[in-house]
Amino acid sequence: MLRFALTRLTLIVPTLVGITVLAFFLIRLVPGDPIETMAGERGIDPARHEALRKAYGFDRPLYVQYGVYLERLLHGDLGRSISTSEPVGSEFLTLFPATVELGVAAILFALLLGLPAGIVAAIRRNTILDQGVMGISLTGYSMPIFWWGLLLILLFSVQLGWTPVSGRISVQFFVEPVTGFLLVDTLLAGDRDAFRSALSHLVLPAVVLGTVPLAVIARMTRSAMLEVMGEDYIRTARAKGLPPLRVVGLHALRNALIPVVTVIGLQVGILFTGAILTETIFSWPGIGKWLIEAIGRRDYPVLQGGILLIGAVVMAVNLGVDLAYGLINPRIRHGR
Amino acid sequence: MAVIGLAAVADAVAPYGPNLTNSAAFLRPPAWQEGGSTAFLLGTDAIGRDMLSRLIHGARLSLSIGIAVVALSASVGVALGLVSGFVGGVTDVLVMRAMDILLTLPSLLLAIVVVAILGPGLMNAMLAVAAVLLPHYVRLTRAAVMSERGRDYVTASRIAGAGPLRLMVSEILPNCAAPLIVQASLGISTAILDAAALGFLGLGAQPPSPEWGTMLADAREFVLRAWWVVTFPGLMILAVVLAFNLVGDGLRDALDPKLKR
Repeated sequence: MLRFALTRLTLIVPTLVGITVLAFFLIRLVPGDPIETMAGERGIDPARHEALRKAYGFDRPLYVQYGVYLERLLHGDLGRSISTSEPVGSEFLTLFPATVELGVAAILFALLLGLPAGIVAAIRRNTILDQGVMGISLTGYSMPIFWWGLLLILLFSVQLGWTPVSGRISVQFFVEPVTGFLLVDTLLAGDRDAFRSALSHLVLPAVVLGTVPLAVIARMTRSAMLEVMGEDYIRTARAKGLPPLRVVGLHALRNALIPVVTVIGLQVGILFTGAILTETIFSWPGIGKWLIEAIGRRDYPVLQGGILLIGAVVMAVNLGVDLAYGLINPRIRHGR
Repeated sequence: MAVIGLAAVADAVAPYGPNLTNSAAFLRPPAWQEGGSTAFLLGTDAIGRDMLSRLIHGARLSLSIGIAVVALSASVGVALGLVSGFVGGVTDVLVMRAMDILLTLPSLLLAIVVVAILGPGLMNAMLAVAAVLLPHYVRLTRAAVMSERGRDYVTASRIAGAGPLRLMVSEILPNCAAPLIVQASLGISTAILDAAALGFLGLGAQPPSPEWGTMLADAREFVLRAWWVVTFPGLMILAVVLAFNLVGDGLRDALDPKLKR
């Protein structure tokens, strides 16, 4: 197992280095001079321009600049945002929990609906029920979620008035951030109204973000269940006279869950993509909205740091899934 | 299919030009609602442009985006995959690592990075989406090439004196085509969806272009007063993406029985 873990770890190193190169050259590829971009429309006098070039190290060869950049990175220094002057790393850390909270809620929603739907579709294979579930799930998979979000706002927030339109919590509540997850923080503070407010703000964005994973999970559960249901041990279990619920729930589901778990792990990248759109629609103060605003303000250090950190998070999760998979299934870790 | 037909004859079918404004008809509701008129079947937007005409012209735009993006991405991807799988060695490692990096970053984020470098606009958004789709074609081609490379017919043709280029393009490639065709049709739906998302974020096609995502972004502020300006463009995106996904699924079943479950 250790050997397997180490091999997997060494595999991600080149990818990580590649992402730093990408993030580094991002700023260099942007047309125009970075100092002039920073100076804005007022312009800058040549002497000061030269001094700033020296100060930022732009006068040195590219590979030296990359070396300096890597050294700073290893010290945890991701640079400062041009618009707020805050360190990029700490901005990321304050906003990240909001995105995680949204993502976790979305995955929970997707699991709660997707698993049963997939199971039912597999058991009632080729019935109207199955075709209905698969049809809906293909529609969900094809959904432009930025439009889906607008529709849900139109229905639930505007027509019915059930949920708020945007934000994470109503302005009258202030909760001391402890974990950064508002649902947890409001509970810790013992403020039930604030909790309810945070929850009602979370519901719609979570549904929107969870739609595509829901479709993927339902389809994956169905095909995994179908495969498992054809195995010999299922026939044995049935022949023993076990009640169908027990056969499906205990024998089949447990084995069908392995590929489903992998798929959930692979959804992390898709979740980030969705989060960028969902957060923009719902003004959810997370990483996605932060990055989009950074583009609007041409805040390149934020973009650079954001790409690097998100890439690292996605890789970490994928690595975790790989390791967990190796742990569950010995055939994989001894495979090569 | 109906959409493709519509897109082809957009100029003839659409009742008005896509950017023609009518100052007498701001935010008119669709014909069947009170206040609507049959002159504007699906209503008009905030500056009096006919929704139906814009949607039809948008179909042309979105479909050409999808096809152009996939054509670009697939041709570059297939070439890289062929070389990578055929040559092997250092080339293979370099290409595959590069593709891993592209795969690690969430697709929209990567597209945003490309747009950030090149600046917003339809062409750049298309390039961005093509870059995002690239790894799929490279990996698929490479895997197919590697399994075909050792086959007897390839060896036979090599002995007969075929050069590497001929081996790659006219011997191996046709035998790898089935999964690529499936991937291409699914890729069109992804391309349309991603391009619309970029348009929605203001990073793709710029107004007044009748691209569906851009139309949605324009319409956002009127969501409370005029449901139709928001509903129809999204419905079109959904319908087209769904159609291409269905075509892709169907092609997979038809071309590649091994993948069918």
